[in-house]
This record gives sequence, C-alpha cells and structure tokens, in this order.
Amino acid sequence: MLKINNLHARVEEKEILKGINLEVNAGEVHAIMGPNGSGKSTLASVIAGKEEFEVTRGKILFEGEDLDDTAPEERAHKGIFLSFQYPVEIPGVSVTNFIKTAINESRKARGMEDMPANQMLKKIREKSEMLDIDRKFLSRSLNEGFSGGEKKRNEIFQLAMLEPKLAILDETDSGLDIDALRIVANGVNKLRNKDNAVVVITHYQRLLEYIVPDFVHVLHDGKIVKSGGKELALELEEKGYDWVKQETVA
Amino acid sequence: MDLKDKLVSSFLAFENSVDVHHPVHDIRSEAIRNFELKGFPTKKEEAWKYTSLNSLQKIDFSIFPKEENELEYRDVKKYFLHEIDTYKIVFIDGIYSSYLSETTHDGVDICLMSAALTKPMYKPVLDVYFNKVASRDESLTTLNTAFSREGAYIYIPKHKAPKKPVEILHFSTGNEASLLLQPRNLIVVEENAELQVIERHQSLTANEVLTNSVTEIFAAESAIVDYYKVQNNIESASLIDNTYISQKDKSVVKVHTFSFGGKLTRNNLNFYQNGEHVDSTMKGVTILGAKQHVDHHTLVHHRQPNCESHQDYKGIYGENSTGVFNGKIVVDKIAQKTDAFQQNNNILISDKATINSKPQLEIFADDVKCSHGCTIGQLDEEALFYLQTRGIPKREASALLMYAFANNVLESVRIPELKKRINKLIANKLGVRLGFEL
Repeated sequence: MLKINNLHARVEEKEILKGINLEVNAGEVHAIMGPNGSGKSTLASVIAGKEEFEVTRGKILFEGEDLDDTAPEERAHKGIFLSFQYPVEIPGVSVTNFIKTAINESRKARGMEDMPANQMLKKIREKSEMLDIDRKFLSRSLNEGFSGGEKKRNEIFQLAMLEPKLAILDETDSGLDIDALRIVANGVNKLRNKDNAVVVITHYQRLLEYIVPDFVHVLHDGKIVKSGGKELALELEEKGYDWVKQETVA
Repeated sequence: MDLKDKLVSSFLAFENSVDVHHPVHDIRSEAIRNFELKGFPTKKEEAWKYTSLNSLQKIDFSIFPKEENELEYRDVKKYFLHEIDTYKIVFIDGIYSSYLSETTHDGVDICLMSAALTKPMYKPVLDVYFNKVASRDESLTTLNTAFSREGAYIYIPKHKAPKKPVEILHFSTGNEASLLLQPRNLIVVEENAELQVIERHQSLTANEVLTNSVTEIFAAESAIVDYYKVQNNIESASLIDNTYISQKDKSVVKVHTFSFGGKLTRNNLNFYQNGEHVDSTMKGVTILGAKQHVDHHTLVHHRQPNCESHQDYKGIYGENSTGVFNGKIVVDKIAQKTDAFQQNNNILISDKATINSKPQLEIFADDVKCSHGCTIGQLDEEALFYLQTRGIPKREASALLMYAFANNVLESVRIPELKKRINKLIANKLGVRLGFEL
C-alpha cells in the first residue's frame, strides 16, 4: 500500500530525513519509534504532504502512485489520514459540521454526491457510540476547550468517520491517561481490517500494549536503524534509545 | 462650488423647511457656524490620517432629495430581519416611509425624529437630551446637527422593554445621481429599561450615496442596550457613522459593528461613562475586499470609578482593501478601579491590503487595569494543513479558518436570528462552502 524509497526531506536548509525505506501492506500495523528529534513527526507530515518540507530525494508511493506534487487534501482523498499530536481549534464550527464538510469534500473529489443526511446521521451515531462519545460533544466547536483526551478521541472519531486506507497516528498517546489511552486504542483496533493499515508513531512502548504492531521500526537521525517484530518495542523500553544509538555507531 | 460651500449656502434653504423658533434650531445654527469654521477634516489631522474625504467632496451631492420614492416590501424584504417580528423605522432617500415602517407609542415611543421635533409633548425629552452627548466641535457631527430633521426617535420609559427589536433602515434608490443623507437618531433608555436596535444602510443602485449619520444614545441607571450595525452596502455607498453614548450607573451597552461592504466607512464610536459600575462593550467584524476602506475610531472615556469596557475588533482584509483601527481609552483621575480591555486582531490575505492599528491610552488614575493587544498576521499554516489532511481543499480550508476567526466575535449577539444572518454573511463574504446549513 505504502512504499517509501530512500526518502530524504528537509525544512529550510536542515536535512531531517536522510534515506527512509519503509513498506506498509494492507492489514498491517507498523510502529515507528525513536527519540525526540529523530524525525518521526517529520516522516508523518511528509507522508501527509506538508508543504513546509521539501523532498530532496527518494519517493513515496501510495498504491503504486507517486505522491510527489500531490496536495495534502488530495492525499486525504486517496485515503491517507494523519492524526495530529496537537489538533487545531476551530471556534464556531461544530464537530458534526466539520466532519460532514470533510466527508463531502472527499466524496466530491471522487465525483460522488453529498452523503444523504440520514445516512450521515446514522454513521455519526454508530461511530460515536463505538468510541463512547457523548452527543453533546458532537455539537461543541471543534477542539475548542477540549481536554487532551477529548482532542485525541475526536481525532479517532474523525478517523472512524473518514475510513482511510492508511491511518498515521502521530503521538496519539501523548497527554493521555490510561483510561483515555485504552478508549483510543480500542477504537483503533475496532477499525482495523485486512484492507487498511495503521502506522503508529510513538516515543513510548505504552500505546503498543494496546495497539499491537506487526512491525516495529526505530528511527534515529533521519534513518530507520533497526526493524523487528513487536518484541523490539519491549527491548527498547528496557534498554533505552541509547542502545540503538550505540549500535548504529558500532 | 465645493461641497462645504454648497452645504453652508444650503442652510438658508433648509431653514425654510423647519421650525426656526424651536430651541433645537439654536443648536442647528450654532452647529452650522462651527462647521463653516472647521470644514471637512483633512489628512493633516491625526484622527483622519488614514482616511481621506477628498474624493467624496468632489462629488456634486444633492443635499435634499427632490421627490418621495417608493419601494415594494417584496423587493427589499431581504434587508430586513424578516425571520422575526420587529418594529421598523424605514427611510427611503432620507424620507420616512410609513408604508414599510412599523412604529409604536404603546408604552414606549418608537417613531420619528421629525415628529419629536414638531410635537410639543416630546419637547421635555429633547430639551434634556438632544445634542447633549454628541460633539459640538467635531466637524462632521456639527454638519449633521446643522441639518438634523429626520431619523429615529426612541424613548423607552423606566422598567419598560419593547416586545421586539427595532430595525432602523435607510434605503437609497439612486433616483438622484448622488445623494447626501444625514439621519439623526436620538435614543433614550430610562432606568432599568431595555432596548435592542439593528441599523442598516442599503443603497439599491450604483449611484453615489454618502451618509453622515449621528446617533445619540442615553442609557440611564441599570438600562441595557444592544445596538447592532450591519454595514454591508454596495461599493458606491459611503458611510460616516458618528455614535455617541452616555451611560449612567450599572448600565450595560453593547455595540456590534459588522463591516462587510461600502466604499468608505468611518465609524466614530464614542462611549462616555457617566456613572459607576458601567459596562461598555464594542465588538466588530470587518471583512473587506476590492478597494474598500473601513476606519474604526473608538473612544471610551472612563469618567467614574469601578467601570468596565471591552473592545474586540477582528478584521480580514483582502485585495486592495484598507483598514484602520484606532482605539482610544481615557481614564480620568477619579476613575479608579477601571477595567479596560481592548483587542484588535487582523488577517491580511493579500499583499496589497493594509491595516493601520493604533491603541491610544490616556490614563490618569493609578489603580486601574488596562490591557490592549493588537495582531496583524496571516493564516496559521499548521491549522491549514490540519484541515487539508481531512480532505478540505486549501481554498475552503482558508475560508473556514477565517470564518472561525471572525465568528468568535458573534458570541455576544443576543438575537439568534441576527447571529445566524451574520454567520451567513461572513460565510458568503469569505466564499466558504461550509457543506452544512448554518
């Protein structure tokens, strides 16, 4: 589904990604771990198409198609979703109205009519129940005054509504207590199926106890320095990132 | 003949049409003398540094409309807040339209300035209030005072509140090639009384219109007044709005100014706090494009202790538009424990748009809380990216963010239908396809 070949990217003059290779297939869950400043969030943003970053070498292929010069919204229409570490507040636009707009923009891009209101309502009800989201929450302004947990839950609600092929979760666990973490993780697990894929970006192993990855990659200084199965996450937790850094040097 | 000379010489003709023995006429006579002395303000004056009236003065305005014009309600319905029942004071080319209006004398007076000026029963109110808060030396105000004859007259006695909001609408039909309108409004809200007003100026053709309006508002003890100015005129219409508000103890007055249209708009909004525990609020949303110009000049004069004032103006400027925000706060020595807040945030969406924002604080008391902030920026890139990752195209995403930015100011609008209307106007103005019903 997603194939990244020798990806180099920089912001202004600073090179952040220095040759990433990654392949994610349908049905898989990948975890990307690494210390602060290793380039995890940059990788997520580059896949989603943030213009601030310039890809200097390499390619990102999504379902065989080169994403070069593809705007973030077009990537979204193709089925890429990025959950933000710090979702943006939009006063005056309710969660419901926002998600309606997002869904219908994607449908429009695919040459489809707006989703009929009753179908939309049914879907909103279904997904909000699944994520244990209160009805009142849906009429509040998007992310305005939301707690950290509410913001993250709202991100997963949007994920559930948009049903992307590839979901990238950027530090979804940060700022969550254990109950909120469990709800968010359960939500993601319920949405997993053989046709979609999840990339979890995290600093800590904690979230991976709930969203169990098939593959774990360790990012350091803009490169994937180690890949393995889920046991790699535990090893990292035990030995710390210095272990990987030293290994790379050696 | 330039416009000033034309106006001064027209005063004689004007005197033939009004009662020169009414005490108000002494005020008019004094005002025309002051205007003759001062003339129109120029850019040399600090208060007019960024707004030029030169090109307007070159237009040969008709000062008195020649004939009465009529409009069909169905043709102008959309300019009314027709979703709800309202009192209406409607003028067509400066002349009262009884056909489109709905006035009342049932416990409150919602009627005409011309009636108040001619009927003896209103004289006591006029003696106490007329021209008592409006400036006697600001030139445009004196110009209006000199020719004051028609406008809205609203008197709400103690403990009364009209059953519905009042709409003041000024239509211009374009039957004159270019028309100068000078409405004069007097609004008195007595102790513990309440009033909501929506004011709008609407030009119906592309002919030039200049409106120089003066509104005096007196809020007595514990009175509550909400005043909404909807400025969404077409681009051949200019407006100079001079509003003067005097507040007594515990009164609460809020003025919302929505500036979306017009060629040149100048809002001189002046609050005078003449009592304690007064609350004055000024809010504004400005969204401009083309070569539009809006200048917001606010003044809050804290003359008594323990009062508050809140100012929140947001502006979005596109194309070649220009904006000015000048917020002056004066705190007299006696006005201890004043809490004055002022904020002006602007987004420039074009390289050619400009905004001049200037806070002006004159504080003579030592135990006060005064804060002010001003920002001029572009849209937040991170926020745009967030919306794009949800599949919302950049253009719509920008519009949605601007909508959210402006929308913040609407929270204090207390008429839900009006709030919805303004929401829609903002969305239209920004070209946002919200994908949902507001």
